[in-house]
Amino acid sequence: MSSKSQEIEAVLGQKYRHGFVTDIESDSLPPGLDESVVAAISRRKQEPQFLLDWRLKAFRHWRTMREPAWASVRYKPIDYQDISYYSAPRAPTDAPKSLDEVDPKLLATYEKLGIPLHERARLAGVAVDAVFDSVSVATTFKDKLAKAGVIFCSFSEAVRNHPELIERHLGTVVPIQDNFFAALNSAVFSDGSFVYVPPGVRCPMELSTYFRINAAKTGQFERTLIIAAEGASVSYLEGCTAPMRDENQLHAAVVELIALDDAQIKYSTVQNWYPGDENGVGGIYNFVTKRGECRGRNAKISWTQVETGSAITWKYPSCVLKGENSVGEFYSVAVANNFQQADTGTKMIHIGRNTKSTIVAKGISAGHATNTYRGLVKILPGADGARNFTQCDSLLMGSRCAAHTFPYMEVRNPGATVEHEASTSKIGEDQLFYCLQRGVSAEDAVNMIVSGFCKAVFKELPMEFAVEAQNLLSVSLEGAVG
Amino acid sequence: MPGKNVLTISKLRASVAGKSILKGVDLQIGAGEVHAIMGPNGSGKSTLAQVLAGREDYEVEGGGVTFDGQDLLAMRPEERARAGFFLGFQYPVEIPGVNNAYLLKAALNAKRKRAGMPEVDAYEFLALIKAKMKFMQMNEAFLSRGVNEGFSGGEKKRNEILQMLVLEPRLAVLDETDSGLDIDALKVVAKGVNSLRGPDRSIVLITHYQRLLDYIEPDHVHVFSDGRILKSGDKSLARELESRGYDWIQEGRVA
Repeated sequence: MSSKSQEIEAVLGQKYRHGFVTDIESDSLPPGLDESVVAAISRRKQEPQFLLDWRLKAFRHWRTMREPAWASVRYKPIDYQDISYYSAPRAPTDAPKSLDEVDPKLLATYEKLGIPLHERARLAGVAVDAVFDSVSVATTFKDKLAKAGVIFCSFSEAVRNHPELIERHLGTVVPIQDNFFAALNSAVFSDGSFVYVPPGVRCPMELSTYFRINAAKTGQFERTLIIAAEGASVSYLEGCTAPMRDENQLHAAVVELIALDDAQIKYSTVQNWYPGDENGVGGIYNFVTKRGECRGRNAKISWTQVETGSAITWKYPSCVLKGENSVGEFYSVAVANNFQQADTGTKMIHIGRNTKSTIVAKGISAGHATNTYRGLVKILPGADGARNFTQCDSLLMGSRCAAHTFPYMEVRNPGATVEHEASTSKIGEDQLFYCLQRGVSAEDAVNMIVSGFCKAVFKELPMEFAVEAQNLLSVSLEGAVG
Repeated sequence: MPGKNVLTISKLRASVAGKSILKGVDLQIGAGEVHAIMGPNGSGKSTLAQVLAGREDYEVEGGGVTFDGQDLLAMRPEERARAGFFLGFQYPVEIPGVNNAYLLKAALNAKRKRAGMPEVDAYEFLALIKAKMKFMQMNEAFLSRGVNEGFSGGEKKRNEILQMLVLEPRLAVLDETDSGLDIDALKVVAKGVNSLRGPDRSIVLITHYQRLLDYIEPDHVHVFSDGRILKSGDKSLARELESRGYDWIQEGRVA
């Protein structure tokens, strides 16, 4: 092996930085899934009848469904009876009322993750609804948000305090029959986040949730619902890390966004779950359903994601553009290294007149990884004047990885405009050598080249996230050229 | 005095993809000297430049190179650069999205770090690069563009010289920097190169044409053919080549 390749392997071998397990007693259900488990989850969370009924309906439907096999990902069959569907960290009281009441070990975990809630949150002006395993343990900035009339709380809390909003909106964007994983989530979801921004209110701060999977063998089934009423706007940040372990962990979240007339929702994700080791052992299975509906006129939903983690990513944040003049956006950087498999993209469903969508997807593959962009642009007959612009670029690092692009288009309105651009490039030996010859290290050079490649997406991220995203890419890819 | 030579190449042999290209190159370059390497296409001039810069695709099969007393071939490409070896590329590559100024600042700081100097601060750097750009008659818009992104051939070459001016190398090898330049651009490039001439700096010009040497006068001229230096002389050799072509030298090889 040449010296450069060796160096690259060394850099590639960087261990996952967030790999540690917090030793906290978990209050978990034994593995297995049947109606009694669904009922037990609902009971533990003291949910109203309508929600239990909804869960059971979802569960019964899920049992009739088959796991999808169309994605370009391969994994061992998942034994759904071998997963524990509920785990909550045990705290001295049932629910901590302030950070002082939060288990210090938990806080230490956040510190290690670089999320000192009490400091960083305040300094950054970010309200954090921190989800540790399945139950929210601390929520900050509630007061300030409450003054603006914004509801930002854990999903369980929303079920208790705003059941009417939950009952009205839950499952209206992603119905329980939508797909296998969404149905499973609907049956067993444990917690998540809820946001409601009332009419005319611009949310006074960026809302942020950090997810972390912790208890062994506990699937995570987060449920997020964000509603922006008429003329409201909100920016929501989601970031994730997970401890290192050998067993694959299933994660099947559902996120629903609803934007009414003139409302705007910006949803940004930096996803850094444990991707498995350099031999492809372990890592998170990330089967997520994310969908937003522009229900009203001039509504806008924008997804920005930086996906660097997970062994398998199966994720298509989508926009249903119902309202006239509504706008959907999808900006994505998906990185797959070692044996990671990513099958991700978006769906833009144009229903209303003059609806517009933009897709910018950047896929980076390294090692033995496979990176697939899968996107659907669907323009229905009533969508006069609809427009879509799609740009998909793939960057290959080394010669053992793969990139695929599947852009599906269904245009049923002759007046629509659909543009598609795609490129695949190998990270230039020439580019790398050029930088080296100027004295820049291989690591820095690859960082630079990759950042340059991702620029169009990074500029869509909120400032503090953009920095984090850059760092993530560094850890995931530095020098990943063979 | 010993060590006066900046670069000493002895019996250098190299191949690419199993094909032998350099077949025993000997060359000494003293401090402050400007050398021109001329020769027909495919004779190995560019390969020599790439091997000196440390391009991985080239296999060194024998011989050695010392650069300021160090074993150049044992150094990684970025170490060679930081030690003051600069290659002006024949075809500068585009790096989309990577800011021109950003790369150059990183390059300068890498070099300063090796020399034990503090990093250049943003204001200092901006002042420096703006002055050099003005000298090279470049538009300041270059600063905010991607590295060579969408540059014309001439702009790319100018950018190479700009980088050289900022990095102030100990030894610069300019690989056909003159090709594809109109006469005005050629003059600007020559001006940039000449401004760097000095007792501590050596320059190697790889070129096909006498034209460049009208503006940058070399101390030594070498004729490359079939992977080695066939003939060396002073600047008059270049003129002779211009009028007689390479054949007469190659024929002389038989002897």
